[in-house]
Amino acid sequence: MDTASFIFYLLATLLVIASLLVVFLRNVVHCAMALVTALLLIAVMFVTLHAPMLCVLQVMVYAGAIMVLFLFVIMFLNPGALEQQRGLWWGFGTLLAMMLAGVLVPLVATSDLPADPVAATELFGSPEMLAKSLFSDYVLPFEIASVLLLVAIIGAVVLAKREN
Amino acid sequence: MDVNLVPLLPAVQVLVTALVVTLRDLFIKDGESRGVLAFYSLVGLGLAAAEVFFLLGGRQEGAFNDSYMLDRFALFFALIFILAAALTILSAIDYVRQTGMREGEFYALILFATVGMIVMAAANDLMVFFLGLETMSIAVYVLTGMWRSNGRSSEAAMKYFLMGAFATGFLLYGIALIYGATGSTNLAQISAYLLDQPSEWPVYLIGGGFLLLIGFAFKVGAVPFHFWVPDVYEGAPTPVTGFMSVAVKAAAFAAWARILLYKLSPLDNDWVFPLWIIAIATMTLGNLLAITQHSIKRMLAYSSIAHAGYLLIPIVVGVEWGGLPLLFYLLAYSFMTLGAFAVLTSMTEGDESKDGYSDFAGLGFKRPFLALAMALFMLSLAGFPPLAGFTGKFYVFRSAVLSGHLNLAIIGVLNSLLSVIFYLRVIVAMYMEEGGAAGKSFRQAPFVYIAVAIALLGTIYLGILPADALDWSRRAFGSLE
Amino acid sequence: MIALHNYLILSAVIFSIGVIGVLIRRNLIVVLMSIELMLNAVNLTFIAFSRYLGSTDGQVIVFFVMAVAAAEAVIGLAIIISVYRHRQSLDPQEMQLLKW
Repeated sequence: MDTASFIFYLLATLLVIASLLVVFLRNVVHCAMALVTALLLIAVMFVTLHAPMLCVLQVMVYAGAIMVLFLFVIMFLNPGALEQQRGLWWGFGTLLAMMLAGVLVPLVATSDLPADPVAATELFGSPEMLAKSLFSDYVLPFEIASVLLLVAIIGAVVLAKREN
Repeated sequence: MDVNLVPLLPAVQVLVTALVVTLRDLFIKDGESRGVLAFYSLVGLGLAAAEVFFLLGGRQEGAFNDSYMLDRFALFFALIFILAAALTILSAIDYVRQTGMREGEFYALILFATVGMIVMAAANDLMVFFLGLETMSIAVYVLTGMWRSNGRSSEAAMKYFLMGAFATGFLLYGIALIYGATGSTNLAQISAYLLDQPSEWPVYLIGGGFLLLIGFAFKVGAVPFHFWVPDVYEGAPTPVTGFMSVAVKAAAFAAWARILLYKLSPLDNDWVFPLWIIAIATMTLGNLLAITQHSIKRMLAYSSIAHAGYLLIPIVVGVEWGGLPLLFYLLAYSFMTLGAFAVLTSMTEGDESKDGYSDFAGLGFKRPFLALAMALFMLSLAGFPPLAGFTGKFYVFRSAVLSGHLNLAIIGVLNSLLSVIFYLRVIVAMYMEEGGAAGKSFRQAPFVYIAVAIALLGTIYLGILPADALDWSRRAFGSLE
Repeated sequence: MIALHNYLILSAVIFSIGVIGVLIRRNLIVVLMSIELMLNAVNLTFIAFSRYLGSTDGQVIVFFVMAVAAAEAVIGLAIIISVYRHRQSLDPQEMQLLKW
């Protein structure tokens, strides 16, 4: 096994474990910590896939901003009690999701996929390349995304502001 | 790269109106009347509608490397969204004040949602579509939960949000797999790829199509992904429910028609049969459960599921026959449903909704106009001639027969007969029963009357003189070529 | 080199784990976290395809998905706060409309 495969399998194992912890731990704060771990592992995966810029964004936006927001809400509401009931429904839900995995995995595990990555140029995944693409081909989605974020800001204020 | 901003005009018009409303709101002191905001919104929507008509006359073209196509199809839907937004705002003016919701944000969010819908209908790129969808969805999640003093409104928002975000996950996964197989998110390139290499598609492309289908089925509330609809529709503020059941549904069907029915049509052999089952299950279950309801709002929620089922018939039928009935039925459905919800909105007393059958008892003698309008909307929803609902259903079932799906047409007709039970119950309550909560202290709500009157005119017009609208629907769908 | 399908299988597995979380958890915040996990799995698919197809589009798309995920997280948490004010609970089973 070469180094690249070793790193991949290590990351993949850790990622699956972290994701399972998010779903099966009973304390909310522990779940959040597991989620941060999973997000950071995904960021590392992005580096192995020649996406350094997105790795940085993943750390800053996801593992940074979004997770802080989650933790802030957890602290704010402080839902102390552990979750109850892990009976029948847990098994049933898990079974359903495993059936979904049973459909999805064979779907993508085919041989008609490109086997080797295209030789990456120096620029692939760099901020320059992304910026160029973002402000030429993707300028319309970019503008719509700005509307989307504005709606989210207004909406969050409307919903969470305390009535006086 | 060519930069052609003309096709963005209607969406930008609505967006600017939303921004003006949001900003103007800040300069109105607490306690002063905010009616001017509704006025601004309606004027902005009127201008947008005028621009749509202006663009209909000109040459329709794409913008941004054809990732945004404001063709006749998109313009047709833009008009439906603008109409729905305007009627919703009109009927909500009094409601918003009574329930103590924040007026400025309410109108602004309706307008922002409309922007998202126009983008969805015009999107010729999966990413543009996705961002339009999210803009619309997030605005509507917030609208659902805006009645802050009512716990059910928050819960409905929570449920809608969870289901919507869950569906988004599937939709996005579908887009990812399609991107992986075709190397693009642009629908023109995807469709060129599909035609280039017939039937040598990787399995994950077909899987991606199915995931997209699941996402859409969630959004339109088709069985078996319908379970959120009744609770969300019941908990949301009534005008928002009307807006959701018309505009959000129309936007989802617009994108469905353009993306799955049209651009990905080479794949449809794989999903015709599942869709056939879904269509039958959706209309039958929607109608059966609607019979058992005690609240008219909840009954209309199930009725909206059933109508999603009827609307799936043209989609099963396919591009050749399905286009015209789909568009025409959506237009007819918009008028009658918006009208029914406007009447329901006017039944609010204080901050309490009166939406049980018993609350409608005797309405025919107390509020003759509202009751008559409600009766006509119910008859139209049930499919009685000569109203819009009848014409719409006629063309839907006709397309099923002509394309050889006789069984779909028969089941659809049987379902329409079934639905007469619960629609007529409303009329019976209004004209043949006594009492009802809506007795004495009924405030006059002039704006609601205007909304009801517009919807009523549309319902009758489309029923009696459908020729123009039919021709318009045909040309709108034809512009997808 | 690792073949593409390894990445795709990994992200399908993570996606399914996220679905488990949405289906079984009775804490709204954790449900929201599971949805974030699903979106991240999709991001991984996009980036992997982008690398193996040599197309930069996939990376740009992930930009937008991050924006959408951030917006959804903000709205989701705002709704959670709003629900909590009424019910003093994060368990859907203790609410009227959220039961399933």
